[in-house]
Amino acid sequence: MNPVKIYVSRDSAACSVGAEETARAIVAEAAKREVAIELIRNGSRGLLWLEPLVEVATAAGRMAYGPVGAGDVAGLFDADFIHGAAHPLAHGPTADMPYLKNQERLTFARVGITDPRSLADYLEHGGYRGLDAALAMEPAAIVASVTASGLRGRGGAAFPAGIKWKTVLGAAAIQKYIVCNADEGDSGTFSDRMLMEGDPFVLIEGMTIAGLATGATRGYIYLRWEYPDAKIALDAAIAAAYAGHYLGENLRGGGKTFDLEVRLGGGAYICGEETSLLESLEGKRGQVRFKPPLPALQGLFGKPTVINNVITLASVPIILDRGADYYQHFGMGRSRGTLPVQLAGNIRHGGLVELAFGLTLRELLYDYGGGSLSSRPIRAVQVGGPLGAYLPESQFDTRLDYEAFADIKAMLGHGGIVVFDDTVDMAAQARYAMEFCAVESCGKCTPCRIGSTRGVEVIDRLMAGDAARQEALLRDLCETLTYGSLCALGGLTPYPVLSALNHFHEDFVTSGTRHARPAAVR
Amino acid sequence: MSSKAPRRVIPIKVEPPSALSAAERSAVLDACVRLKNLPGALMPLFHAVQEAVGYVPKDSVPLIARELNLSLAEVHGVLSFYHYFRKEPAGRHVVHLCRAEACQAVGAVELEAHAKRSLGIDFHATTADGAITLEPVYCLGNCALGPSVMIDDRLQGRVSNSRFDDLIARARKSAVNPS
Repeated sequence: MNPVKIYVSRDSAACSVGAEETARAIVAEAAKREVAIELIRNGSRGLLWLEPLVEVATAAGRMAYGPVGAGDVAGLFDADFIHGAAHPLAHGPTADMPYLKNQERLTFARVGITDPRSLADYLEHGGYRGLDAALAMEPAAIVASVTASGLRGRGGAAFPAGIKWKTVLGAAAIQKYIVCNADEGDSGTFSDRMLMEGDPFVLIEGMTIAGLATGATRGYIYLRWEYPDAKIALDAAIAAAYAGHYLGENLRGGGKTFDLEVRLGGGAYICGEETSLLESLEGKRGQVRFKPPLPALQGLFGKPTVINNVITLASVPIILDRGADYYQHFGMGRSRGTLPVQLAGNIRHGGLVELAFGLTLRELLYDYGGGSLSSRPIRAVQVGGPLGAYLPESQFDTRLDYEAFADIKAMLGHGGIVVFDDTVDMAAQARYAMEFCAVESCGKCTPCRIGSTRGVEVIDRLMAGDAARQEALLRDLCETLTYGSLCALGGLTPYPVLSALNHFHEDFVTSGTRHARPAAVR
Repeated sequence: MSSKAPRRVIPIKVEPPSALSAAERSAVLDACVRLKNLPGALMPLFHAVQEAVGYVPKDSVPLIARELNLSLAEVHGVLSFYHYFRKEPAGRHVVHLCRAEACQAVGAVELEAHAKRSLGIDFHATTADGAITLEPVYCLGNCALGPSVMIDDRLQGRVSNSRFDDLIARARKSAVNPS
């Protein structure tokens, strides 16, 4: 009899709640009971509240059990879970679970399904079809396809990818570069990490296609040090891709060259900003550059450079494989395709939800997220990372669309949604936004470097009394930051500060007189 | 000057004075030799030194500057820019505690207070027994399962105060870097 295939994720989020121990317990228990199993360490399905999630391959498809602690394993064997039997932790066929079933997984199509270490598995699940299509195309045709797909930068700025690529293609230079921005520093976001750990080949394929499209022969993945498991996954996949002639000289026998390596960051949030990332890659302080010149013309080492986020590059293979029309067909308005949304913070069903643009925040928070983890009312959500606005309940019907968010002075950013219940102190959150800016400022421009520290002081004085004068000062300071900063760090820090001030003004009255908030229960 | 005078070789690569131990010095030089020809070598180099030595010693800066043909200011400037590179030795285990918003939403502020209280140290400090160094971090990418900490390079989620104590107790018992 063939061994039973059992899947336990090796995603670092799954391992952070015991997937490693669960996997070991399954192996030990199977050995004890003399059951032949094949343990596959896949990526995470993205149902993070059910991690460690265990799946068993049965005749009826993969069956899900979770969250499975090491202590639950013997009981699962007793219940005959290896044949998909019922159990209190059973959720039936994984693919039929509503959280997953209703998603539109294009970029994350393979994450949680395949073994991220196996090139053969990648190929079996449609991998490298995009590259093969690209190899048969002229560079300009590849760029045209990416432009037609409507793909916009998923890192936050939402700049059309095709236009960036076209600029690099049109630039004459002896060396061009593809740089992947994997410095996913926004709190509430983890889609880059999940993708790199769960399907690293798709990123490699996307970067290779970008190389073919623009004439770049060398790529770098600038990865934050906080993601050591992603480093291991990427290094393994890159080695496998080289061994399989999907990277290097004359790749796939098509006469083209593309070399790729991973570089680690040093814990600087600002290095997620593209020009400071390039500085860092060059071995310098991660300080923001003036633009122009655009990185597309004078980027890494002064050469034309495509710099895109992980999800942007990882969305390219499916566009080349299925065609621009297929991808473009998803979405609304000028936001085409899908966005992998990350539900985070105080949320019952936290995880990754990839859907076409257009869903409302409320649908995500309640239909997918299941409300707050603490069961208290959701009071505020911060969308788009530490530089994103705090939205009150009255704005929960905003649709996920770059323009719709811009209209309410918010931003979708990298798709992270951080949920806070009614115990949150919004004045403290506003203060934290300024504090964070002060810690992470690169120091190049004065509004950000000094304004952030002054911002913390003004909020402290505001909370200590003298509210009216300090509030006026804070608004004035925010204006200076917005219009006087060199990059988005200083320029957008006013978003969380002013949104907290405008929508949750009651939290900004002097501590002595403010009404008591309910104490946190946990 | 007489053309018959023998040519003198002027040593331009003077070894800068340093208090590095022989092992540290050779680790730094080794990393330099291995990596100095990489484009943008400084970041990979600092990572390699920190991995080998445990931190980037102050006295390694002149050595690195000499090997990479950079100025002291350039090397020091880059080193001091990045939070991750430590200039002092750490404890046997480094605990990075997430301070970012998603973890705040599920109690990171309370966890931070508990960690500092129970360890008896502030951020960037090491416990008296040399076991634990506590550092802040701004997001570990575990935002649906916070509060999160990373102990050495293992991520831990849903870290309540008591789970934090258990993890610390386990770390104290293990020698170096169980990962």
